[in-house]
Amino acid sequence: MLHQFELFDSYFSLDANSGNLYMTDKSGAQAIKLYENNSKEECIRLLLDSNDCQTSKDDIEQFLHQLQELKDEGKLYSPDILPYIKKPNKKDKPLKALCLNVAHSCNLCCNYCFAAAGSFTDEQPLMPLSVGKAAIDFLIESSKGRYNLDVDFFGGEPLLNIDVVKAIVEYARSLEKTHKKHFRFTFTTNGVLLNDDIIEYLNNNMDNVVLSLDGRKEVHDYFRKTPNGKGSYDIVVPKFQKFAKIRGDKEYYIRATFTRHNLDFFSDILHMLSLGFNELSMEPVVTSPDSPEAIRETDLPQIFKQYELLAKEMIERHKNGKPFGFYHYNISLDNGPCLYKLLSGCGTGCEYMAVTPRGELYPCHRFVGDERFLLGNVFEGITNTVMVKEFAENCLLSHKECKQCWAKYFCAGGCAANNFEASGCISGIYTIGCEMFKKRIECALAVKALCAD
Amino acid sequence: MFIKTINKRTLKDSLKHGGCGECQTSCQSACKTSCGVANQPCENPNR
Repeated sequence: MLHQFELFDSYFSLDANSGNLYMTDKSGAQAIKLYENNSKEECIRLLLDSNDCQTSKDDIEQFLHQLQELKDEGKLYSPDILPYIKKPNKKDKPLKALCLNVAHSCNLCCNYCFAAAGSFTDEQPLMPLSVGKAAIDFLIESSKGRYNLDVDFFGGEPLLNIDVVKAIVEYARSLEKTHKKHFRFTFTTNGVLLNDDIIEYLNNNMDNVVLSLDGRKEVHDYFRKTPNGKGSYDIVVPKFQKFAKIRGDKEYYIRATFTRHNLDFFSDILHMLSLGFNELSMEPVVTSPDSPEAIRETDLPQIFKQYELLAKEMIERHKNGKPFGFYHYNISLDNGPCLYKLLSGCGTGCEYMAVTPRGELYPCHRFVGDERFLLGNVFEGITNTVMVKEFAENCLLSHKECKQCWAKYFCAGGCAANNFEASGCISGIYTIGCEMFKKRIECALAVKALCAD
Repeated sequence: MFIKTINKRTLKDSLKHGGCGECQTSCQSACKTSCGVANQPCENPNR
């Protein structure tokens, strides 16, 4: 399956089934398209007849010879091998990651928060250490055959329970050698409670830190408010800058959310860059389609424009020796995920689960609180084996809409929670999300090609 | 008329050493809401 697109006066051809990307001039792109379904002689005739073609017959022949070599190597016009790969099952996908919701409580009241807008009603809002330890034990027991284990501290606001976080990290580390496991920790925070000691702790102990900032002050403060209704921008930005300076080259992300309120979100990205941050993420809001902030189909052209402006900025800053990272454009073409991973997707509900402060297990942080998706708890283990089997078998092959999509080997079927919210089942699709994803991948591929040496 | 090949690996190549499961789960990093797997590098030590 061939996918061709033009960006920044360059022409790109992606052989979607092999994952190989080519950059050409306009007539090169035309030749690639024609040679897919025409003989060599027919291609030469059609190209010579084309008004755009300034190339001699000999040069066209040479070009088509190159295409034939790529085809023979399985790098162009390659067949889809997806139908011949075995569908994964639970046995192939042991648990390897937990999202610990260590605090179902928050010190901000962000209107768009998918985790309850800071208004959890749990009787036990903070995870006790006993639950945290049981979660680590459960992860070790369930992760047969896996060495790297990921644990993500999330909420609510995890800094509200930082002492338990520290104790969980210490407990997990103490078990690494005995059980031959390696823990990697991620911490997501709104930054309100960051101080020098916590910054030092997070920097030393977390493999990745995700800091929530939406961009320009007026955009950030519109949603991200303290309980007294004031914006949190002035509280968190100096703390995030301090953290980023100390963090250096170690992994962190400034993570923003965009809504219909800031469809010009490229300006927010520029603002974050001006604050000195260079590892950025900008995510479409997750909310009910009825919400005034929800992304609508009519917003897509403006969103696509923002993604293009962002890609152009990345290319220019790369050329000027001042590169920055954008999460969705950091794709790896030569060292990316294997086909098995691409088939399995994000792992929700089998490789990845979320734990509530009481120890309940859900398929991921997005399903927390929806009793229909309760899988069990960290003390007794999985009790809803039917649901886990359903999630384990949910894969790229389950989405009938994806079969003919050129982006399926970048997306792997998308987010199960988004798919469920949009279609009523985890094997459905979220169409608006698909369109944004495809645009991001086109931009990512262009950035990759135009920044290559 | 020119063509520049951007990457060498084919998805089929990835089957040779794939499936070890040592890579990150997609939502562990920065997105949390709009996962794809394209930016999850392979972490197979024997690759």
